[in-house]
Amino acid sequence: MTQSTFRSLALAASLALMGGGAYAQVRIAYIDPLSGPFANVGEAGLKGFKEAAEILVNQKGGIMGQKLEFTGFDNKGSPQETQIQLKAAIDQGFRFVTLGNGSGAAHSLIDAVNKWNARNPDKTVLFFNYAAVDPTLTGEKCSFWHFRFDANTEMKMEAITNFMENDKKIKKVFIIGQDYAHGHQVAKAAKEMLAKKRKDVKIVGEDLHPIGRVKDFAPYIAKIKASGADTVITGNWGNDLSLLIKAAKDAGLKSRFYTYYAGGLGTPQAMGAAGENQVLQLTEWHMNVPTKNTEKFALDFNKKYPGVWFYYLRVNNMVQMVAQAMNTAKSTDPKAVALALEDMRFQVDTGEVWMRKSDHQAMQPLYISIFSKADGKTVKHDSEGTGYGWKTLATISQRDSQLPTACIMERP
Amino acid sequence: MEFVVISLLNGITYGLLLFMLSSGLTLIFSMMGILNFAHASFYMLGAYFAYQISTWTGFWPGLIVAPLLVGAVGALVERYGLRRAHRYGHVAELLFTFGLAFVVEELVHLIWGKTSVDYKIPAELDGTLFSLFDTDFPIYKGFMMLVSVGMLVALYALLTRTRIGLIIQAALTKPDMVEALGHNVPRIFMLVFGGGTALAGLAGVIGGNAFITEPGMAAAVGSIVFVIVVVGGLGSLGGAFIASLLIGCIQTFSVALSISITDVFALVGIALPEGSQVARLTITQLAPVLPYLLMVAILIFRPRGLMGSRES
Repeated sequence: MTQSTFRSLALAASLALMGGGAYAQVRIAYIDPLSGPFANVGEAGLKGFKEAAEILVNQKGGIMGQKLEFTGFDNKGSPQETQIQLKAAIDQGFRFVTLGNGSGAAHSLIDAVNKWNARNPDKTVLFFNYAAVDPTLTGEKCSFWHFRFDANTEMKMEAITNFMENDKKIKKVFIIGQDYAHGHQVAKAAKEMLAKKRKDVKIVGEDLHPIGRVKDFAPYIAKIKASGADTVITGNWGNDLSLLIKAAKDAGLKSRFYTYYAGGLGTPQAMGAAGENQVLQLTEWHMNVPTKNTEKFALDFNKKYPGVWFYYLRVNNMVQMVAQAMNTAKSTDPKAVALALEDMRFQVDTGEVWMRKSDHQAMQPLYISIFSKADGKTVKHDSEGTGYGWKTLATISQRDSQLPTACIMERP
Repeated sequence: MEFVVISLLNGITYGLLLFMLSSGLTLIFSMMGILNFAHASFYMLGAYFAYQISTWTGFWPGLIVAPLLVGAVGALVERYGLRRAHRYGHVAELLFTFGLAFVVEELVHLIWGKTSVDYKIPAELDGTLFSLFDTDFPIYKGFMMLVSVGMLVALYALLTRTRIGLIIQAALTKPDMVEALGHNVPRIFMLVFGGGTALAGLAGVIGGNAFITEPGMAAAVGSIVFVIVVVGGLGSLGGAFIASLLIGCIQTFSVALSISITDVFALVGIALPEGSQVARLTITQLAPVLPYLLMVAILIFRPRGLMGSRES
């Protein structure tokens, strides 16, 4: 052995020892886009996790006396890069990972985690999914090593179509979405469920546009208008949603928009007055759902990080549930944590979150709300400083949001 | 009928915005031979400057001041960056502007953050100009068209009807002669680059609130402006104008067509095999790709573009 390799080995060993002694923490790798076109979304998520870990876990005694910590890994939104970042995280000793943006990246991660765990049963890794909503992740492709804390596309569409079922003014529906897995699944679920629940409703058009590439949505709006649709369903998010609604306002389109993601990450700001009484969203929470602690948490968060608005209640839920699972299991071994997390019923501000054992899909209350002028009463808080906020139209109980699963889980 | 008229109107509006974006690029290229990859970044800077000014004094001062500021930044970039890179040839220039685009994006991240900023249309321009077949046409779009056409007329007049324009044109082909007559040629180049970037800045001031002011806005339009310049003919202002309108209309009308590729081939009597993924794509889905297809076709069949004067 040459002297230099010996020296570097010694250095590595001492670093590893220091790592073991000085930082007794529970660490979770946050793998999401931190650069590129979706950097804003990834940044907001990471801030949310760090804040939730600090306030909701570390200041309340931590995990068996240890601190919970999140570290960002930039996957640039790409499935390939996700696998590289997972490898990097594992090499640095991470045993828990979380990811939310893009079902493509989530599929890539679930595959990589399954493979790693099959080969390294003594060093398993657990994947917490806070936002990737592809139903197959808890369906055909479900895994013991994956837990989802957001409702999936089918559950969300079930709630939206149940709500639409009672609105007899709806006659013609237009579906528009981004041309990738998520957009396709929203369109598919909407068509199937509407066909069952409202035979009288006609689907007058269906369009997919490339994700993040369209600047001027006026032609799409002209098409929606020509189709005579009174209702538009879209799974769009980020700027694709903001621009769509802006173009609708410019052309004076009066159709109602049913969305998944109008509530955050810059979209309310971009819509402004254009969205009033025209845009609806389905979420697990919004600022005007009466809650005991979340309201204060959100206000403090907004003050602490100007320009980033608290959006993900499910991030808070996830952080608390993971911490509780570790505390009950009295272990930070991924398998023990997974077993403790299964079937957990956890009280959050909006009610009970139940992590279903059969497919590791979280069940939670959901809310349908509409963008309305803030009045200090029912619409107490506005959204992103626009003067408009979300008003609850319907609450879907945890029980009503449940759907059967196609998951046949392989258990270790 | 109704749909055709509305779509045509949408196409022309979008085309005129594209022209605003690409006129500065084509000006810089025809005058200086520099392909400025950072052009869209100056567009973004224009939007952010205008946003910043609008938070202090409202929209209208920003309309004048922001493009001037962007132009000043552009002139500084030419004076202290491009002029040095120029000594090492075109590749160095190209790489310089390429890198500049990333630097600008990072600076915007640092100063204004990664999320979109609330840059609003002024109240005077927020409303409906006229209604056509029950579809509203916003005042702001009319304003956008007006500025774009005004830009074309002013540029054309400046370059062909004024003394400065004559000197600029002369400096391009016979720089030594112009210098011998006592004009400062490097300074003229600096002014041209500053002017070109100021035009991009103006497009940003107007496009920023029509769409969304966010750090990704430069990348989103970066490629389409090159398509316009190539299709129109490198260095031709008139060509860029026609190409902008053409691409605006192609995109608008292709969105409207819900027929699939199978149907298109069936029109000319070719039956495609059933069930293939490609055959089921509709023209609507292809709409965003069509400008690039057009660019490839132009490069193959008419490399100098629609109205370009040089064969390169």
